[in-house]
Amino acid sequence: MLELRAVNAGYGTFQALFDVSLDVKAGEAVGVIGPNGAGKTTLMRVISGLIRPSRGSIRMEGIDVVATPSHKIVSLGIAHVPENRRLFPQLTVDDNLKMGAFMKEARGHLAERLEVVFDLFPRLKERRHQMAGTMSGGEQQMCAIGRALMSNPKLLLLDEPSAGLAPVVVQQVFELVKRIRASGLTVLIVEQNVQQVLKVVDRAYLIEAGSIRASGTSAEMLASDTVKEAYLGV
Amino acid sequence: MGMQGFLDIFDIYLLEAVINGILLGGVLALLALGLNLIFGVIDVTWICYAELVMIGMYAMYFIVQVYGLSYFVAAPFTILLVAVLGAALHYLVIAPLLTAPPINQLLATGGVLFVLQSFATVAFGIDFRNLGIRLPVLAFGDMNFSYARLLSFLAALVGMVAVYLFMTRTFTGTAIRAISQDRQIMALMGVDTRRIYLITSALGGALAGLAACLLVLQYDVHPFVGLSFGPITFLICVLGGLGNFIGGFIAAFVFAEIISLGGLFSDLEWGYVLAFAFFIVMMFIRPAGLLARRR
Repeated sequence: MLELRAVNAGYGTFQALFDVSLDVKAGEAVGVIGPNGAGKTTLMRVISGLIRPSRGSIRMEGIDVVATPSHKIVSLGIAHVPENRRLFPQLTVDDNLKMGAFMKEARGHLAERLEVVFDLFPRLKERRHQMAGTMSGGEQQMCAIGRALMSNPKLLLLDEPSAGLAPVVVQQVFELVKRIRASGLTVLIVEQNVQQVLKVVDRAYLIEAGSIRASGTSAEMLASDTVKEAYLGV
Repeated sequence: MGMQGFLDIFDIYLLEAVINGILLGGVLALLALGLNLIFGVIDVTWICYAELVMIGMYAMYFIVQVYGLSYFVAAPFTILLVAVLGAALHYLVIAPLLTAPPINQLLATGGVLFVLQSFATVAFGIDFRNLGIRLPVLAFGDMNFSYARLLSFLAALVGMVAVYLFMTRTFTGTAIRAISQDRQIMALMGVDTRRIYLITSALGGALAGLAACLLVLQYDVHPFVGLSFGPITFLICVLGGLGNFIGGFIAAFVFAEIISLGGLFSDLEWGYVLAFAFFIVMMFIRPAGLLARRR
C-alpha cells in the first residue's frame, strides 16, 4: 500500500532522514520505534506531505505522493494524527471533526462518518459542543484520532499517540489502536513506548539517527539484542 | 421653563444621541469586522482598507449618477467589485510577502493606500460627489433620525449575521476560523491555505464594498474620504484586540457612543477628540485590547 524508497529529508541544512526505505501492506499494522530525535516524526511528516523529501520516492497504492500537492495527499487515503495531537483548541469537538471531513470526497458523508467516530468514541459525542482545548489529554487524543478518521482513510499515521498521557490512558489508547486495526484500517504508528507498541503491531522498524537500523516481526524485534538492550532495559 | 421641563428636553436629546450612537456603531462594526477578518486569518493588516471603501463609494456614484441605474442594482455590483479588488490585493501584494517581515507587509499595503488615493485623484478629480439621493428624516416623537442611518444600521447588521452564518455553518467558514489556530497542519485536513486566504480576502473586500454602499448614503465621496473613517476603524480593531471579532464589535459601539454623546455636549469634532483620548487611556490600561485573550 505504502512504499518509501531511499527517502532523504530534513529542515533547511539539517538532514533528518537518510535513504529510508519502508513498506506497509494493506491491512497491516507497522510500528516505527527509536530514540528521541531519530527522525520518527520527520518520517510521518514526509509521508503526509508536511515536509517534502529532498530525494527518494513515496508511493501510495502506486500513486506518486511526492508529486501530489500536500493538501491533496489526504485524498489519497492517508490520514495523519500529528505529534501532540494539534487540535484546533478554540473550536468545538464538532468543528474539529468537521475539519477532518473538509476534503470534497468526504463532505457528503459527514453524518455517517460522525456516527462511525462517535461509535468508536462515545465520550466525544458527550463533549461535541465543548472547546477541544478544554478537554483532558486522553479525550484530546480521541478527538485527534477521530478527526483523522473523518476522512475515511485507508492508512492511518499515528505519531506518538501515548505521549504525555497518564499510564491508564495509555492503555486505553493502545486498546483503541487494536480496535481501529480490527476495523480493517492499515496503521503506521510511531512510538517511544516500545513494549506497548510491539504488542499491537505486526512488524516494526527501528530507526536511529535518521536511518533504518533493523526491521522484523514484533516477535523478532522483541527477541533482537539491539532492541532489548537499548529500549526494553533487559 | 422649570427644572422639570429642562430635564425632559435634555433626556430627549440624550436618548437621540444614544440611539444615533448605536446606529453609527453598526457601520463601524461592519468596517472593523472586515479588517479584523483579514488580520485574524492572514495575520496581515490592510492599511489601505478604507481606500477600498473609497473605491466602492466611487463605484456607487458612477453607477447611480452617471449610468443612471438604481441604487439596488449598483449595490451588489459594488460589493462584487470590491470583493474582487480584495482578492487582487491579496494575490498581487500580500501573497508574495506572506513570509516577509510584518513591516514589509505594512509598507506594501501603505503604498497601495497612496496608489489608490492618487489614482482616484487623477481619475475622478478632487470634487466632492454624492449620489443625489436624499432620504427623509424620520421623526419619532420629539426625536429625529436620519433614514439613511437607520437603513445603514440594518444592512450592516444583516451583513454581519450573514458572515456569522458563513463562518459557523460552512466547511470553508470553519476552515477560516481554524486556520489562525494552527496554520501548519491545515494541509492534513485537505485545506489549501492559499485558497482560504484568497476567499478571506474576497470576503474582507465584500465587507468593505457593503460599507461603501452604506456610507455613500450619508457622506460625499472624494479621494481622501478614507481618512475620515480609516483611522477610527483601526482604533476600534486595536481596542477590541486585533483579530478578535467580538472585541471589535463591542469596541465599535463603545467608540460610536463616545463620538455621539461627546457631540451632544459639544461639537461633533470634540466627540472624535474624546474617542481618541479614550483610546490612548485604554492603551495604557489594557494594551492588548478590551477582551485580551490572543497572545
